[in-house]
Amino acid sequence: MKEKAIHVARLKRSFKMGEDTVHALNGVSFGIEKGEFVTIMGSSGSGKSTLLNLIGCLDSPTSGTYKIDGVPVKDLDRNQLAQIRNEKIGFIFQSYNLLPRTTALENVELPLLYNNAIGVEERRKRALAALEKVSLSDRLHHTPSQLSGGQQQRVAIARSLVNDPVVILADEATGNLDTKTSYEIMSLFQELNKQGKTIVFVTHEPDIASFSGRTIVLRDGKIIRDEQNANVRIAKDDLRTIPKQG
Amino acid sequence: MRMLNLLKISFKAIVLNKVRALLTMLGVIIGVASVIAMLAIGEGSKQSIKAQISSMGSNMITIRPNAERQGGVRLSRSEMQSLTLDDFELIQSEALLLTNVSPQVSGNGQVIYGSDNWPSNIYGVNPEYLAIRVWEVQHGSMFTDAEVKSASKVAVIGQTVQENLFTNGENPVGSMIRFNNIPFKVTGVLEEKGENTFGQDQDDVVLAPYTTVQKRILATDYLQSITASAISEEQSEQAVEEITALMNKSHEIQEGATADFEIRSMEELISTFSSTGELLTLLLVAIASISLLIGGIGIMNIMYVSVKERTREIGLRLAVGAKNNDILMQFLIEAILISVTGGSIGVLLGVSATFFIEKILSWPTSVTGYSIVISFAVCAITGIFFGWYPARKAASLDPIEAMRYE
Ligand SMILES: Nc1ncnc2c1ncn2[C@@H]1O[C@H](COP(=O)(O)OP(=O)(O)O)[C@@H](O)[C@H]1O
Ligand SMILES: [Mg+2]
Repeated sequence: MKEKAIHVARLKRSFKMGEDTVHALNGVSFGIEKGEFVTIMGSSGSGKSTLLNLIGCLDSPTSGTYKIDGVPVKDLDRNQLAQIRNEKIGFIFQSYNLLPRTTALENVELPLLYNNAIGVEERRKRALAALEKVSLSDRLHHTPSQLSGGQQQRVAIARSLVNDPVVILADEATGNLDTKTSYEIMSLFQELNKQGKTIVFVTHEPDIASFSGRTIVLRDGKIIRDEQNANVRIAKDDLRTIPKQG
Repeated sequence: MRMLNLLKISFKAIVLNKVRALLTMLGVIIGVASVIAMLAIGEGSKQSIKAQISSMGSNMITIRPNAERQGGVRLSRSEMQSLTLDDFELIQSEALLLTNVSPQVSGNGQVIYGSDNWPSNIYGVNPEYLAIRVWEVQHGSMFTDAEVKSASKVAVIGQTVQENLFTNGENPVGSMIRFNNIPFKVTGVLEEKGENTFGQDQDDVVLAPYTTVQKRILATDYLQSITASAISEEQSEQAVEEITALMNKSHEIQEGATADFEIRSMEELISTFSSTGELLTLLLVAIASISLLIGGIGIMNIMYVSVKERTREIGLRLAVGAKNNDILMQFLIEAILISVTGGSIGVLLGVSATFFIEKILSWPTSVTGYSIVISFAVCAITGIFFGWYPARKAASLDPIEAMRYE
């Protein structure tokens, strides 16, 4: 049997806030196959980021089990989690989180700096290839402040690709972008998914969710819906229908 | 590999914040520069004092009557009557660790030549005295042992005496001068010596046979002191012990009793001076070290600010797989780079400052290798010590919270 990219079961995560306990995730179970493009939906505060942080090994669950690429993540220490993030996960954030005053190329190389197995030349080669994939080969030496929001997010996407991760995790990756740029980014995600990348995408916009093959909807830390999309929209086609802005 | 990457990361962080890094270094720069300059000044003056004392004859030994011994009315050394020619003869014939020995009696008075006169000192010695003091005769010659034996009225004069008496440029050698109305025939003129460490003019001197001075000028049979030179500076202390033993025996001094003489070596004087010099150096270094400490605290302060400012960066690095140690090392290396770079600039500044102090103020200085090595090591340690806590703080951040930090 093919190994699932992600498998979570009865996952819970609660936060102690003084006297109260906030149950941000209250027992979620699902699996994601390799090559899937999944959107996690839900209103603000429903637990989407909490779930994504757990999947991304940035956080540890209060209870439940989690396997990435067949590897159980429970009971791993801080450094072991760091290594999993380094080798198996690509992160994309709403606010891009690029290093300021650092070139696109160096930003993309960043995760590989923390991988002992990869030398200088290999690192450069992979970073160039990743930037090529997001069509930024002509912006290698630009710093974030010299790039538009969409371009910055594409640098962040290239950075998430550079370690050839098991899964790419994006938290509101289009949240700071206008509709046209959002569609361009979604088009890029669809392109990557077509090339075989597994993508988990968090958003609260149903419009954006309709570009993925499957949608998981959260409410109050629980899954209330998990279904395949009947008709997946093609971002590249929809881009043409948007009138030019500015 | 990983270390090299971390070094690059830290180096880049400093380059991106050049001005701030430089300002942070300032404390360390000033600290190191002052440590080096202070040590150079301390060491330089120590060496020059030592050289000056050595030029007075570093292996010189002086035996004098002991002033402490005389109860009741204190006598001046010249009036004391505990040192005699017998002591001189005993030391001369028995002491093995000495090369030259000379009795010494002295007095002051007026030297007269023609219509010129000059107040000066007369030293009654034997010809060996010159070798003991490392003095040379420039014109003419020293009086002889035969002239000492016959208590001849001959003298050798210093340059200051010559300048003040022979004002028309006459040749003093062969001339007759008078000291307290006793006529002396000048046989030689001493080489110029200048002032000694205590500011005395060493050229304001008249040397004459001790026999002549005893009889004609002081009318005494006693000696004021005996001056000798040890075989070498290193053997000075042994020579002092040897003489002490000889004198104790002949003066019948009991074990533990205070002797009626005292023996001083130049070597003793040098070490006294060196130890005050060392104390001074220590004090200077202590002051300079405080500025280095303040420099270190400056580094800690800036590293704290830096960690706070770069919280989001740290969060991101952790998110993409940096381990605790990677972050710790990154900030530690940054602190060390700042302190060591500051240290290098400080060394350069200290050495050039020393150079200018020597050139402009003409103070004797000497930059020692160990002061550079020590300041450098202290800098690296300062970096580690004051960089550790902020770096530790950075490494223990939670990635999610750090990335959310505004
Ligand atoms: N570190 C935390 N400490 C306390 N409560 C938290 C923390 N992180 C999230 N929560 C709470 O968990 C719930 C889910 O948050 P989150 O996963 O960020 O929601 P979403 O991303 O869907 O908007 C919210 O009620 C939030 O207040
Ligand atoms: Mg969220």
